[in-house]
Amino acid sequence: MASPMNSDSGWFLALALGVSFIKCLLINAYHSTDFEVHRNWLAVTHSMPVSKWYYEATSEWTLDYPPFFAWFEYGLSHVAAYFDKEMLVVRNLNYASPATVLFQRLSVIVTDVVFIYAIKEFNSWSCAIYRCCKCLREDKGKELLWKPSFILATLLLWNFGLIIVDHIHFQYNGFLFGVLLLSVARHFQSKTDGSVHWKSFSPFRFVVLGSIVLTTFALSFGPFIALGQIPQVLSRLFPFKRGLCHAYWAPNVWALYNIVDKVLSMLGVKLGMLDINKLPKATMTGGLVQEFQHTVLPSVSPLVTLICTLLSILPALFHMWYRPSGGRGFLRCIVICALGSFMFGWHVHEKAILMAILPLSWLAVEHREDARTFLILSTTGHFSLFPLLFTAQELPIKILLMLLFTIFSFTSLKKLFRGRLVSSVEATYLLGLIPLAVICELVYPLTPWHHTLPFIPLLLTSIYCALGVTYSFIRLYISLLTVPSTTSKGKCQ
Amino acid sequence: MDNWSLVSMCVLLGLTTRWAVSFNSYSGASKPPMFGDYEAQRHWQEVAYNLPVHEWYLNTTDNNLSYWGLDYPPLTAYHSLLCAYVAKLINPAWVELHTSRGYESSSHKLFMRTTVLIADILLYIPAVFLYCFYLSNGSSKKKVATALCILLYPGLILIDYGHFQYNNVSLGLALWGVVGLGSGWDLLGSLAFTLALNYKQMELYHSLPFFCYLLGKCIKQGLVGRGLFLLLKISLSVLATFALCWLPFLSEPQQVLQVLHRLFPVARGLFEDKVANTWCSLNVLIKIKTLLSRDAQLLLSLALTFLFVLPSSIKLLTKPTMWQFKLALVNSSLAFFLFSFQVHEKSILLPALPVCLLMNELPLMATWFLLVSTFSMLPLLLKDGLLLPYAVTSLAFLFLCVYLLSALHRSSQELHLGSCYNLTRGCLSARNFSLLVKCAFGISMAAMAVLSTASAALEPPARLPDLFPVLVSIFSCMHFLASLLYFNFVQLTEPPSRRGQKKTN
Repeated sequence: MASPMNSDSGWFLALALGVSFIKCLLINAYHSTDFEVHRNWLAVTHSMPVSKWYYEATSEWTLDYPPFFAWFEYGLSHVAAYFDKEMLVVRNLNYASPATVLFQRLSVIVTDVVFIYAIKEFNSWSCAIYRCCKCLREDKGKELLWKPSFILATLLLWNFGLIIVDHIHFQYNGFLFGVLLLSVARHFQSKTDGSVHWKSFSPFRFVVLGSIVLTTFALSFGPFIALGQIPQVLSRLFPFKRGLCHAYWAPNVWALYNIVDKVLSMLGVKLGMLDINKLPKATMTGGLVQEFQHTVLPSVSPLVTLICTLLSILPALFHMWYRPSGGRGFLRCIVICALGSFMFGWHVHEKAILMAILPLSWLAVEHREDARTFLILSTTGHFSLFPLLFTAQELPIKILLMLLFTIFSFTSLKKLFRGRLVSSVEATYLLGLIPLAVICELVYPLTPWHHTLPFIPLLLTSIYCALGVTYSFIRLYISLLTVPSTTSKGKCQ
Repeated sequence: MDNWSLVSMCVLLGLTTRWAVSFNSYSGASKPPMFGDYEAQRHWQEVAYNLPVHEWYLNTTDNNLSYWGLDYPPLTAYHSLLCAYVAKLINPAWVELHTSRGYESSSHKLFMRTTVLIADILLYIPAVFLYCFYLSNGSSKKKVATALCILLYPGLILIDYGHFQYNNVSLGLALWGVVGLGSGWDLLGSLAFTLALNYKQMELYHSLPFFCYLLGKCIKQGLVGRGLFLLLKISLSVLATFALCWLPFLSEPQQVLQVLHRLFPVARGLFEDKVANTWCSLNVLIKIKTLLSRDAQLLLSLALTFLFVLPSSIKLLTKPTMWQFKLALVNSSLAFFLFSFQVHEKSILLPALPVCLLMNELPLMATWFLLVSTFSMLPLLLKDGLLLPYAVTSLAFLFLCVYLLSALHRSSQELHLGSCYNLTRGCLSARNFSLLVKCAFGISMAAMAVLSTASAALEPPARLPDLFPVLVSIFSCMHFLASLLYFNFVQLTEPPSRRGQKKTN
């Protein structure tokens, strides 16, 4: 009698249900201020007319996502009315009755269905590509646990970062990422080989694509254009006054830049080249969201970050434009653009690392080199999310789930590619995360500096992870530029 | 290498589920003056730390036994003492004599939950994996799947990490006992079980099978010679362990009697509250509690328990194999649960543990029983505010067992209902018979879902305020009686020489 673990149909459902059960158990876990943010948006969109949505400021958590998200919240608010009408009153700041918590948590879990569906579609698109040629990563003949489709589904469904950001911290990234994944999958499902040929380009297709994009924007921003509120909307969406880095520095280039500036200024004071009285006190490390100036290195403005970001992603875009390599190339470009924006963007939140890790999962089950990059990026990226859950009660959860995901990703990818994936140096770096975690979570809170310098563990985490993230970015570019052009190999992608 | 990664992932999943359940409320939260089991455990830490040993079980000015007096054997007290030492290091206010009564804070809750988790990691979880890997059959993936299902049994998780108790210690030690006996280390196995017995006196439910199995084994090895030697060794080690645990109390016979008096409160009557055993269910129709005197009740309960335990024990004595042993554990503890004196609904965990061990061989029946056992504790769980974790863990367990163990794909032969099927062969084919069983399973699940929803969502009519707990109890009791018959049937109808015998023993 065949064990169900080998049957084709049930395993995806088992994975999806399993992770959904875990999410349901986390309903009563800690939730951050983002919970109140979304409750406020439910209230604003439900109780206020559209013209007031981007002006409402009763709560400090003003609407700062584009209009489609506002419409999404508006839709949700109608269901919310059945759970607890009080949450839809704008003045009920920090209202968190059990019914409110249940509704909000369930809304994330239920909308994740989009994410689950997208993964299913994505997987079947991937399988379709495999079937058409004798590619290395075949599904057939392998035991279930080591099939690429199973590994990919698990890496996406059980992604540690997504679970703790969406279902504990509270956000809707799963649903949004599902939409992105669906659009990628749908775009390539119409083509059997997934490639885009220059020859098939035509002005007509360009106009059609362009009009689709414009119509979408029109639908989204239309009411606000009509009301003449675009400057206000844009100022809410892009709050440049918030400073180069978030209160907790995302592990990107600017974090490294900041620390170099700090070290240089301390050296300068020690060597007598700088006057300590002229230095601003604890500006960047004070844990506040504000604009600040660097002391030794030149200060960075939003324009500079924009230019850096564009420069970082242009090579990848050009590469895709001139040497299109189908679905894989497109995904690689997405990863690089996401990571480039993370590395050089203005006021980046650490959660944005997920935008790079999730699409990279697909490339990881494809190529050995990408698997190596994925392991480094996902482990450091996920670790950098630890400061998001700072409560003692959630400490075991984040450690257990992180271990679960890390063990799975390492062992499954190792089995898939048969052999060691990461080099000794990389392995040492990743193992260094363990003492770092012990110091930041267990040792430091017991020291007297915990009250005077509370920012130190965040700083250490940010800097250490920034090294790994930067390294992954470089590796991705190298693999992009050194992967041979696939158009010469025929239709196999 | 593969096994290690799978095992570690299962352990992590089990621990995650446990810790996530611990976010919820505990028994007696914010309910002065008596609170609940959580406060009882905290109080025992207070008593054990501040008072000398000989006062722990006595009613003194410092130790008011009517406020959660110690009513478990000494090992629980020692465990509480150990926890109290740690508590004192972190925050002395938690175990301050008298003033810490009713102490509640989020950090204290964290501490208490952590003590349960540590006990799980050290005792229960290793025992589960040792059992699955060394004492059960199948491929290694099957063993890991079985271990995962056992780890995710909702009843134990909800009581230990929700309501708040330390059943994982006593059940873990009992499981070590089973593992020891199954691996041929009789001495260590009996030692472990003796420790379990000294942790919670309810382990007496399991004691007859342990006794009969070891005695049977000694007899098989010949009562003159090796068998006798083994018997003596085991008896001596058991006695020595008892003596060691009870050492501080052995100085005075009064002490021993007082402890026994606390452990077996015969004055409390046939049953308290709603519990899914025969007495409580019978009481709905015939008011036994008022009809019979207390002594008559005691005698009746003793007689019936003895009657139902006897066949299984005798069979085990004549045929001491692991398979028989596991079935005897189920039958004995189930008989005790159904007919014994002063049974609490949490005692269903005692039959549940050996049923977990049968998941490999009888997945459908085991899953069915385990789900009903969790359901039978619903009134308690609702009182503690654990509806959400109850619903999620039960559904997850049902789905996991059906999927991983292919519980529904069993023929009637695998259901071990051979002879029973023969009786109905006239009217039903083999396929239809197993179909019937599966339909019954489905209907039972549906009924549990409906009753659970009703208990949680609806208000009972004013005339029958206890309607839902009573319905839950009667429903569960019917299932438990049927299970008792089924497991006894399986155990007693096993032919003398089984071909394809299980590999152990």
